[in-house]
Amino acid sequence: MSMISIAIFFAVILLTLYITYWAAKQTQTASDFYTAGGSLTGWQNGMAIAGDYLSAASFLGIAGAISLNGFDGFYYSVGFLTAYLVVLFLIAEPLRNLGKYTMADMIGSRFGAKKVRGAAALNTITIVLFYMLAQLVGAGALIKLLFGIDYWISVLIVGVMMLIYVLFGGMTATSWVQIVKAILLMIGTIVISFLVLMKFNFNFVGMFDIMRTATNHGESFLHSGVVYKDPIGLISVLLALVLGTAGLPHILMRFFTVKDAKTARSSVVYAVWIIGIFYVLTIFLGFGAAKFVGSKAIIAENAAGNMAAPMLAGVLGGDALESFVAAVAFATILAVVAGLVLSGASAIAHDLYAEIIMKGKVTEKQQVKAARIAAISVGIVSILLALGSEKLNVAFLVSLAFCIAASANVPTILLTIYWRKFNTTGTVASMLTGLITALVLVAVSPNVINPVPGAAFFVGDPLFPFVNPAIVSIPAGFLAAIVGTYIGAKRHEEAEVAYAEVRFKAETGYRGL
Amino acid sequence: MTIELQEAELKRDPELPRTTDGKLDYERIIETPEFKHLVKKKNRFLTPYVIAFFAIYLLLPILTGYTSILETRAIGWMTWTWVYAFGLFVMVWVFTQIYVKKARDFDKDVDQIIQKHVRD
Repeated sequence: MSMISIAIFFAVILLTLYITYWAAKQTQTASDFYTAGGSLTGWQNGMAIAGDYLSAASFLGIAGAISLNGFDGFYYSVGFLTAYLVVLFLIAEPLRNLGKYTMADMIGSRFGAKKVRGAAALNTITIVLFYMLAQLVGAGALIKLLFGIDYWISVLIVGVMMLIYVLFGGMTATSWVQIVKAILLMIGTIVISFLVLMKFNFNFVGMFDIMRTATNHGESFLHSGVVYKDPIGLISVLLALVLGTAGLPHILMRFFTVKDAKTARSSVVYAVWIIGIFYVLTIFLGFGAAKFVGSKAIIAENAAGNMAAPMLAGVLGGDALESFVAAVAFATILAVVAGLVLSGASAIAHDLYAEIIMKGKVTEKQQVKAARIAAISVGIVSILLALGSEKLNVAFLVSLAFCIAASANVPTILLTIYWRKFNTTGTVASMLTGLITALVLVAVSPNVINPVPGAAFFVGDPLFPFVNPAIVSIPAGFLAAIVGTYIGAKRHEEAEVAYAEVRFKAETGYRGL
Repeated sequence: MTIELQEAELKRDPELPRTTDGKLDYERIIETPEFKHLVKKKNRFLTPYVIAFFAIYLLLPILTGYTSILETRAIGWMTWTWVYAFGLFVMVWVFTQIYVKKARDFDKDVDQIIQKHVRD
């Protein structure tokens, strides 16, 4: 590890600790802890959304995937961005108008039953654990590679840092760590892209001509199909990407950190521009790495291509740029896991403890204390899981998290806002069916059972053909919502009781007297 | 604070959609022509855009998966696959700006509904 790496690495740690120290002084109430008191402005929250969303999977994973597989890697960029149209057009404003701290609050504003909130909390915790495990395992491997320290120490460093941010600084610290990270990530990506473009003589179109012969895929590098040979499998992945974002608890939670729906809207707009520019630039990261680092060297370092971006930075800008990009990757991981801890903690402390067990009768102090205890628990459980999962393929954990979010949360969120007849039975049926279908299908998919020895946990023929089950599990979630609602309606369950109120509040942001 | 509220209570128009305990009567307020108009206007705007962006988005894997028409050269060696993907980026940005512009219009309607039916 060079002196520059150490200096930049510690600069990132010190800066984020200073932010936490500053944020801790303003974190008194439950609202401060969960949502930074709703005090963020549109651009701040937009940057924080970008910082929360652009995980190591986006930065390192997509750069690697494009460098190794050409256009097939770019599908992720397209899907992850288009997902924000779903968020902007259908979800962000009603969610902000109805919710308080968590996604379950928003669904609970219409369905008071404990089992509804319980199912929503269960989904949040499941998604957070899978997503977190992916980030922590990835982080451990990455820091091990970058700085040459042991895997378990790397996981502990990230784990302890994320807990410090969340415990002391709550959402304020988490948001500002995400904002700083988004700025660093954009600077790093723009600098690398500029250098790549310069190497291609600023000829964007000519770059494609060069790439046609630069890899051993030949012309296929410029077409779809290097990885995704089966169209249905490809459509399934793209469905999970475009709908999953709207059900990710740590992203949804970000909309409660602003004062009203108008600000939530403007924060999505900022996020769409930042995230969009970033994903366009992934082309330069991927093409640059393929051309100037070469797939052989990339695979030698990490089979999934995760080191493509830092290696490219090293080739283009030497040790200083490589260290900077490594520090950016480190900050990226910290910012994402902090957001995840916070959303997991809110599901446990706010939904399960304060609302279900204590029936909402908790003091401000108890709430904050419960949130901190929950954050420690979520943190420790995921650190322990990550320590035992070094060899786990992380890419499938992320796609699983997106798939559960899309199948288990999105139908319920949409129908709570837009369907008059939706009722308690439908809600619970949808959330559990989406969750279980996604989990079971993944458990019998090629990710888990694979004829190629060593490719998955078990050797054999998978019972389900697609890596990502979204094409089945998303319709299953919607279907269960409809069937459940009709079964519930036969039992004369309350169907429209709160709908008028929910509809009016969702549209207008009116909060009642 | 309480006194102000009581005064507001006295001045309240009896025609306002409220239940006897002073809460908004949501069942009535969502049936007001203004609210119905807003919902209709929103649906008329949102539905075609949502259908359009899903269709345009999912057309990409359908075209790349089942046909090879996007595999031809568009500009130099930049194939139509890439052009289509860039088109999706442009679509996201354009739709976002269209939504924002339209949403400002909805905001005005919401303000009017709040003025007329909620505030006194």
